Amino acid sequence: MGSYVPSTAPEQQEMLRALGMENVRELYRDVPESMYLNGPLNIPAGKSELEVRRAVTAMAAKNKVYHTILRGAGAYDHYIPSIVKYIPAKEEFLTAYTPYQSEISQGLLQSIFEYQTMICELTGMDVSNASVYDGATAAAEAAALCRDRKRRVTLVSAATHPDVIAAIRTYCYGTGDEMRLVPVKDGVTNFDMLKEMLTAEVASFYVQQPNFYGLLEDADTLGAAVHQAGALYIMGCHPIALAIMKTPRDCGADVAVGEGQPLGLPLGYGGPYLGFMAAAEKLMRRLPGRIVSETMDNEGRRAFVLSLQAREQHIRREKAGSNSCSNEALCALTASVYMAAMGPEGMAEAARQSMAKAHYLAKGLCALPGVSLRYGGDFFHEFLVDMPRTEEVLSALEKKNILGGLPFEGGVLWCATEKVSREALDEAIATVKEVLTR
Amino acid sequence: MNFPEELRYSKSHEWVKNENDEVVIGISDFAQSELGDVVFINLPQEGDSVTVGEAFGDVESVKAVSDLICPVSGVVSAINEELLDAPEKLNRAPYGAWIIRVAEVSETEELLGSADYEAFCAAEG
Amino acid sequence: MKLLFEKSVQGRRCAILPTCDVPETALPERFARQAAPKLPELSETDISRHYTALCGQVHGVNSGFYPLGSCTMKYNPRIDEEMAALPGFADIHPLSPAHAAAGCREVLGTAKQYLCQIAGMDDMTFQPAAGAHGEFTGVLLIKQYHDSRGDKGRTKIIVPDSAHGTNPATAAMCGYEVVNIASAPDGCVDLDALRGALGADTAGLMLTNPNTVGLFDENILEITRLVHEAGGLCYYDGANLNAVMGVVRPGDMGFDCIHMNLHKTFATPHGGGGPGAGAVGCKAFLRDFLPRSALMEGGNGIQVRSFGGNFLVVVRALTYLLTLGREGIPEAAQNAVLNANYLMSQIKGSFAPAYDRVCMHEFVLDLSAFKKEAGVSALDVAKALIDYGMHPPTMYFPLIVHEALMLEPTETEDKETLDGAAAVFRTLYEQGHSDPAALQTAPHHTPIGRPDEVQAARHPVVRWEAT
Repeated sequence: MGSYVPSTAPEQQEMLRALGMENVRELYRDVPESMYLNGPLNIPAGKSELEVRRAVTAMAAKNKVYHTILRGAGAYDHYIPSIVKYIPAKEEFLTAYTPYQSEISQGLLQSIFEYQTMICELTGMDVSNASVYDGATAAAEAAALCRDRKRRVTLVSAATHPDVIAAIRTYCYGTGDEMRLVPVKDGVTNFDMLKEMLTAEVASFYVQQPNFYGLLEDADTLGAAVHQAGALYIMGCHPIALAIMKTPRDCGADVAVGEGQPLGLPLGYGGPYLGFMAAAEKLMRRLPGRIVSETMDNEGRRAFVLSLQAREQHIRREKAGSNSCSNEALCALTASVYMAAMGPEGMAEAARQSMAKAHYLAKGLCALPGVSLRYGGDFFHEFLVDMPRTEEVLSALEKKNILGGLPFEGGVLWCATEKVSREALDEAIATVKEVLTR
Repeated sequence: MNFPEELRYSKSHEWVKNENDEVVIGISDFAQSELGDVVFINLPQEGDSVTVGEAFGDVESVKAVSDLICPVSGVVSAINEELLDAPEKLNRAPYGAWIIRVAEVSETEELLGSADYEAFCAAEG
Repeated sequence: MKLLFEKSVQGRRCAILPTCDVPETALPERFARQAAPKLPELSETDISRHYTALCGQVHGVNSGFYPLGSCTMKYNPRIDEEMAALPGFADIHPLSPAHAAAGCREVLGTAKQYLCQIAGMDDMTFQPAAGAHGEFTGVLLIKQYHDSRGDKGRTKIIVPDSAHGTNPATAAMCGYEVVNIASAPDGCVDLDALRGALGADTAGLMLTNPNTVGLFDENILEITRLVHEAGGLCYYDGANLNAVMGVVRPGDMGFDCIHMNLHKTFATPHGGGGPGAGAVGCKAFLRDFLPRSALMEGGNGIQVRSFGGNFLVVVRALTYLLTLGREGIPEAAQNAVLNANYLMSQIKGSFAPAYDRVCMHEFVLDLSAFKKEAGVSALDVAKALIDYGMHPPTMYFPLIVHEALMLEPTETEDKETLDGAAAVFRTLYEQGHSDPAALQTAPHHTPIGRPDEVQAARHPVVRWEAT
């Protein structure tokens, strides 16, 4: 049986004796006899490390690791530089708690301060928090912070990731507020409908850029209409795309959020991921979660501390805007290392290549019989196509160890990143061709 | 500790001054000393209604937050926006750093004179 | 230490990507960024040394004793990390077809089965990403339950005044009015206060047991019975489950739903603040209200996060569960409790426990008398501990104890460590009386002294900017 208890049986006896006790049951004297478990749990006996390794590795072996992934939809297979895996694995970063004791946490606090700065640079916003759980919760928290006493309704573009929509709706359900979906026209937010829906009770509008279909939204125009109606503007962004795309700040956003997974985090069957969240300065004290601030110590040396804590649940309790406590600190550190390793040019290159490869794939697929883009707009690295015999196509790709696009709304949503070589794209296109011309 | 005689005080440690049909409200020297360094203040907006005994805002120190309790009912006619940038004024000069002005006052709680308030603080401290 | 940005040299870079092997696509001008983000430009050596240096300024569980109460800072086994890094888990897309993710589903299914056993629950979701997120999910189960019955008058959630701040904050996020009830003098739920708060408007109760002062509430069955009698449901905050796992089950205490912090109780690392995982379990009658992913599972009910949650954290927790097994789980709990009681007994002659009786996995010291005598606060003692290579205990929590220091040694510390820590506490107690200034200015051997938190909160500098 495995155990991480270092005390030997005689040591345990010695400690019990020091307490004047004979057995462990006495430690649990406050637990009523009726509920004290006298038998073992109905789970298997413990195992040695080697046995555990075998058992868990066998489970991993039941999954399929694809050579090529052409599916995104909220989880993206970007390349992860080697150093990105090593640094967050350092034991001090890995095993520390939240850095409340700044004197022995300067390394962590500085790394968070650097992360906040990078997110501000990427988004163009003034202030970033230290992370939230993922892109969906970042969106839901952003919508919550935009609500005030008079404006309670959240508008969300229907061209948003379905999980993000569901999370925003769920947080609204919690506080008894309403979320309304702004319909889509030609794959992007229906501008005329948005204008009509921007009533005096609307607190904010959320748009995803690029949107769930991969299309680029006319974000400035949407933002201008939102502000004209006196509401706040939230943009959900792909962080690598931000290296080349107009910043949320330049599009007029008041809050910029997004799924940080592309920044060096593995697909991991859905998590842990990283919600990044940045805002204009006027909203700083409404941000949820932890925020690090630079200050000085008692000898005038540069120091970092968790700041603005009076916003948070451990102080403000039921009046806090969010119950957020744990965040995704290690994932934020991972993202920082990723951004440092890639640098501004490497990030832009990853974005340009993802876009180029997606367009190469789209062109190759759309040259095949019966395949066409559903929407005509500009896209980044995802696109929705209409094509026949989807199931056959995906299963033929599967045999070549390729995960094809995601069946969605009757079409297929494809994605390509810088990680996929031209050779792999050609192989995928040829495989699809084989099925469609059979 | 300073308890100016021209002011009146609430038991939740706000000071109150009548000025041309309006009521000016701040926090007492005792309050600021109990709070420690004030780092931020949340203020209501002009035009908001306030009610006797209810919070009209709050003040934050590094590790705590305390409600500001309104000693009168009425409508906020002005807020001291300077405090948003310089909350330390509440510590340095609590009687100079007014927080809000209230007009259309319809109700006022029973307030203490400076001597009674000083005795009240002595008992509390 | 210099920031990454201050070490940046224009044109320096790591060679990560090849040149593009397909024709370039131009991003239309109206979507294009005007100026590149000012990210640092560094070599791999620069980055590696930077973070290695930062690491030297962080105290982790592996650096030394970490008795941070209510955080369960137990040792995080390395095998758990290795298993989570297997490509067969790390490289699996959440929207993989079912047959391609059979192993992931086995992980989730097995972990669910074991954790439901430990919790005494019937079903479970892994979607919540943290403890507070689990609370949110759990209270939404309660809300949906009342809504589904058309029971609209239940507007209040009862929370003891000793609760973690996340409890009242969660209830507020779920649209409930929070009824704080005062604790009894023994730190447990005051049954009369509870009876007084219960009524037709009660939606539920949120409770930790053992509670935040480290005591097992012996009235627990009466507490849950009273809440049920009033038509409310009982939510178990699993923050303190480490004391009782495998010994007594929340389901048997009468709770209807629960979250478990996989990053505390089940040994997955805290990562400097996260990621965690808040597995939420429930009794069968609440099963239909559990969250599901809209895209992954076609859910149309509640959803608190994208996809299925922090899966790789669940892999770590399952690895731990498999290792400990049915004997190791209660053994861990018992030793956590034994260590806490032993440490308390060794400190007791100096600093006073707030509740001088058998505790569970943690205990609270009340330094208010010491502060009066010596003029040295709980904060000062906490800071002084740092110079002895210890992470300070949780300070000033729970709120019902003044000058509180809360210690949770966990089961993965040995007797020598506990004896050593107790000796440090005794030394500081003496020193507080003989040389209070030394404590009031502690720590003395850290990269920085006490920081100016007032300045940081009044005029926060939250990002670096080029000068």
